[in-house]
Amino acid sequence: MSLDNRPSGRRKSVSYAKWGYIFILPFFLVYFIFTLIPQVLTVYNSFFTNYMDGLTHIGPDFVGLKNYVELFTPNKQGVILILKYAGNTMILWFLGAIPQFAIALLLAVFFTSYRLNIKGQGFFKTVIYMPNLIMASAFSMLFFTLFSKVGPVNQLLQQTGLADKTIDFFVSKVTVRGLIALMNFLMWFGNTTIVLMAGIMGIDQTLFEAATIDGANAVKVFFRVTMPLLMPIFVYCLITALIGGIQMFDVPQVLTNRLGMPNRTSFTLVMYLNNYLSTSKNYGMSGAISVIIFLITGVLGGIVYKFLSAQYKEPVEQPRRVRKGARK
Amino acid sequence: MNENTKSRLMMILLRVVVYAILIFLTVLCLFSFYMMIINATRSNAQLQAGFRLLPQEHFWDNLKNAWTDASINIPRGMLNSLFIALTSAALTTYFSALTAYGVHVYSFRGKNLVFTFIMAIMMIPAQVSAVGFVQMMNKLHMTNNYIPLIVPSIAAPVVFFYMKQYMESVLPLEIVEAARCDGSSEFRTFNTIILPIMKPAIAVQAIFSFVSSWNNYFIPALLLDKAEMKTVPIMIAQLRSADYSKFDMGKVYMFILLAILPVMLVYIILSKSIIKGVTSGSVKG
Repeated sequence: MSLDNRPSGRRKSVSYAKWGYIFILPFFLVYFIFTLIPQVLTVYNSFFTNYMDGLTHIGPDFVGLKNYVELFTPNKQGVILILKYAGNTMILWFLGAIPQFAIALLLAVFFTSYRLNIKGQGFFKTVIYMPNLIMASAFSMLFFTLFSKVGPVNQLLQQTGLADKTIDFFVSKVTVRGLIALMNFLMWFGNTTIVLMAGIMGIDQTLFEAATIDGANAVKVFFRVTMPLLMPIFVYCLITALIGGIQMFDVPQVLTNRLGMPNRTSFTLVMYLNNYLSTSKNYGMSGAISVIIFLITGVLGGIVYKFLSAQYKEPVEQPRRVRKGARK
Repeated sequence: MNENTKSRLMMILLRVVVYAILIFLTVLCLFSFYMMIINATRSNAQLQAGFRLLPQEHFWDNLKNAWTDASINIPRGMLNSLFIALTSAALTTYFSALTAYGVHVYSFRGKNLVFTFIMAIMMIPAQVSAVGFVQMMNKLHMTNNYIPLIVPSIAAPVVFFYMKQYMESVLPLEIVEAARCDGSSEFRTFNTIILPIMKPAIAVQAIFSFVSSWNNYFIPALLLDKAEMKTVPIMIAQLRSADYSKFDMGKVYMFILLAILPVMLVYIILSKSIIKGVTSGSVKG
């Protein structure tokens, strides 16, 4: 249906053009009402004071950039809260994403290796992908009960003698962050593995054979052939994971019962937004936070994309390096 | 010969390491769910008594206690969640296929712009518009209403993208032309000829849409506060903020089990096609 079909299709479809508009109309109508208008409203709200103080409604009064200034003004302890929460979000994301991508890359290479010929791949893939579909709030509640003071983890540690007294996992910054990172890792590494596997299988297999025949060992093949060719998909995964990370909410919200304990060290940006929005209907402040989240999403996505695409271009442009290395 | 046996030994060693890693990860993935199922079969007293790897006899007691709990009406929540998830899945797949069909089959001015636009909005996080969304729904008195949770699923860029990709690979335009020659109207062609062809894509996206709707917590929690309207994730969060020490822990595990169960069942039955669906839509080539 390629060349000779195209002109006739185009000629015919001219008279049917209106159906194109009719068919895409519902999508755009719904998008306009339920996404675009709310988006504009969000930005609009960020320039107003508008919240509930108990039962009294304050505002809306136009205040220009006052909400933004307030967000970046240090509190009595000299801490700029939004920066602290942005930092928390990034730390939580990194702690989960580093093992997520390392393990996913490793597994993707294992699963696609003909020489290793791993059996039971279907089973392993089914198991590692499963946590991705589990309700994040229920998963968090489950982790909370498992790791609570009287939960099975503490019981197990004491019955086996690994710990001599009850460990409270929810009083230390390290353990709470560790648990959130572990949950995020569990929920996402299977997904990343499957996507990266598809990426590796999409690479021309003769390249691997050629490199092997030229004497490249597995490590060399990985760094000089697999990785450069996998880069576009790797970048795609990384960006989507990052954008997902900035939106981190369900897990810390339920695990820490919306407190981000201890001392708000696991309080994320979206929890901050949600806090303003749900308790005092503070549309002004939550609007300003939304705009900032939107900007961070855009900037971070751009940086990662630029940085990594510059990296992967280099070996692709100079394929000679692969051959040179392999010939030795 | 010596080299050969050496490399063969290395291969066996490597294989052992790989399987060890895989088994470790399997245990890590399944441990929490295994404990959930085991603990849902134990009474509160048994749970306090200590750790145990094998089930006990209180599964039905816990189920009855959780099902008839006075403060958390889990059957109602499951029914609410099921209704929202099913209608969202139906709407999102039908209208995404319709939109993709509109862009795929017809030529019209601005068609490329439409495609680029949908691609561009795909990356915008939903939470960014939450403030305006909640404000608007408050003004329109649409809180404690399922319309704002269901209707927006009509405009789903990711599902659209998947459907478009699928059409490019399976839908020859000759079918459409043949249907026209036979006098079929455009809508009829779509409903009776195109949709059946799209069945595999619709099934996969319906599952993903069902799951994400069933699990959705952020927006519903901001819009639903009437007890009889609440969905499962809101109830689970409520469980977390309730006074914990008074709770029957066997019941708590049962609540979590019930929240996860529908998706787990769907996954166990359809895991193969779900895993296939993870890659085919999200990554080009």
